[in-house]
Amino acid sequence: MRGLRTTALAVLAAALLGAVLLAATGANPLVAFESIVVGAFGPDGLPDTLAYAVPVAGMATALAIPLRAGLVNLGGEGQLVLGAISAVAVGLQVPGVLGIVAALLAGVLAGALYAAFAAVCETALGVPLLVSTLLLSYPAVSLAAYLVRFPMRDPGSSLPQSEQLPPDVHLPALADTGLTAGLFLVLAAVVVYAVVDARTPAGFEARVTGWGPRFAQYAGIDRPRLTVRLLACSGGLAGLVGAVVVLGFPYRFIDGALITPQYTWIGLLAALLAAASPLGTLLAALFFAALTSGGFALERATQVPRELTAVLQAVLIIFLAAATGLLRGRKGAA
Amino acid sequence: MDAALFASALGALTPILFAALAGALCQRAGVFNISLEGTMLVGCFAGVAGSWYGGSVWVGVLAAALAGTAYSLVLAVGTITFRGDAVVLGVAVNLLAVGLTSFLVQTVFGTRGTFSDPALAGLDPLTVPGLSEVPFLGEVLSGHSALVYLSWLAVPVLAVFLGRHPWGLRLRGVGERPEAAASLGVPVDRYRYGAILAAGALCGLAGAQLALGNVTLFSENMTAGRGWIAVVAVLLGRALPYGVLAAAVLFGLAEAAGFRLQGLGLPQQATDAAPYVVTLVALFVFSARRTVKRST
Repeated sequence: MRGLRTTALAVLAAALLGAVLLAATGANPLVAFESIVVGAFGPDGLPDTLAYAVPVAGMATALAIPLRAGLVNLGGEGQLVLGAISAVAVGLQVPGVLGIVAALLAGVLAGALYAAFAAVCETALGVPLLVSTLLLSYPAVSLAAYLVRFPMRDPGSSLPQSEQLPPDVHLPALADTGLTAGLFLVLAAVVVYAVVDARTPAGFEARVTGWGPRFAQYAGIDRPRLTVRLLACSGGLAGLVGAVVVLGFPYRFIDGALITPQYTWIGLLAALLAAASPLGTLLAALFFAALTSGGFALERATQVPRELTAVLQAVLIIFLAAATGLLRGRKGAA
Repeated sequence: MDAALFASALGALTPILFAALAGALCQRAGVFNISLEGTMLVGCFAGVAGSWYGGSVWVGVLAAALAGTAYSLVLAVGTITFRGDAVVLGVAVNLLAVGLTSFLVQTVFGTRGTFSDPALAGLDPLTVPGLSEVPFLGEVLSGHSALVYLSWLAVPVLAVFLGRHPWGLRLRGVGERPEAAASLGVPVDRYRYGAILAAGALCGLAGAQLALGNVTLFSENMTAGRGWIAVVAVLLGRALPYGVLAAAVLFGLAEAAGFRLQGLGLPQQATDAAPYVVTLVALFVFSARRTVKRST
């Protein structure tokens, strides 16, 4: 277990390095940090931060689920995209409120089945999960790219994008914030994960496997079954996030629109940062979403490229992983 | 199939081969290195920056190798000195490389996304005397950049190093039985540092070939998954130099065949996916014969 102090120290060290980088580019670090905070949480920035945080938090939780048992799902991108394209395909066929439900379910199902297949690759076919999830991710992205260029292409547009979903298959918007009811779906998923993790045998099995896979095996935990189950949950949630994104503005699947914002990789960083604890993952995802959205404000205020915030996120994880290792090493020696 | 296709496939698989050899070296030393992608990207940037400011493509190649080595220090210090988790650190190092190079391309070159300039010196193709006269083979094997030939040379060199040289044998000992190696007085951590840093230099060369050989430009995230393919090639080739070469060639052939099928009317997306599917199937086949040793 990682202490709050270690995390705080790592954040401080990353901030310090950021200040040095900022000073090197000729900007005033204090002004820059202020613009990040104001840009992320100010009245203009907060809706953008939250809109970005919903898919990031969703993906972070999705990837945290298997990570709890020490399993790394590197194929979130494929599961996310497959969920999104399935949701659009179903949403274009089924009218009305039923269409929303059917589209969301299609997203969950597509992501879950695809991730479960990756799990079976490890448990039955002997390909390590890290590799099977990653390798399966690319064909899924290619398949979606193909579908929106040919069979599902919007005939009225020259861009690789699907047709727009009919208005009754849009997720209800929350005022005019750019947020949709998808926020509640993702929050619900986080709550379910938290409860299952803390209160149920299934959550306990996953945590025990994370602490010590060999002990877990000795205790009679069926690892292959656990792997398939956790991956199905992980992929299902990733698929749901994809569905939620495409059922919001601009209500269609656009090739690359789920990949460019790096939802998956930032989500994975958040899950890693929080060691997959449910609440911690949510907070880390919010933190990273705020940093990313603050990066845009930073760029406007100081001409410093917004990628600086991406650098800070990665540096933070590196410091944290090193600090955690150091603590573990000391405990082991004592 | 035509020779030009094979020739371009050879050029395209060179960065993967360099990175996969780097991964194999680390694997044999007992380090699971998934930071190949990011280190290669740093090599791409340093190669272009070195060639641009140094005025010679060789300054760029040297800069790429040095930058790759320096960058891999992050992983080395994190995993060996601080005993951090290799997977967590690898993912973070990859993301850091994307952020850092995107940041630098703007602060150094003042442009967003892609930097290219007609004055940027790239690697020249070498004509191999004699070989270039041979029909077909000459067209396929001659006319590549020096780094392509260096990557071919690196395969037997690494094989001999790991198979015969005392350092290579000790390195394998460190990977297979670290406690036993330590008890015989082999400095385990020092060998692992060496493996990671050498892998960094190889990834730097991979980046140099990609950014100065295959194309002559730097573009954000231009490695586009090649480092991950290298990770898979290490697994598929069981971290043996010739095995890794075979895996990289399989990958290159799948890509070339994909391009060929594209000419026959198959959509480009199918050919994009082909190498990954072929690799996965190859992994199934190999693990069906032997149980794959878990490599985490």
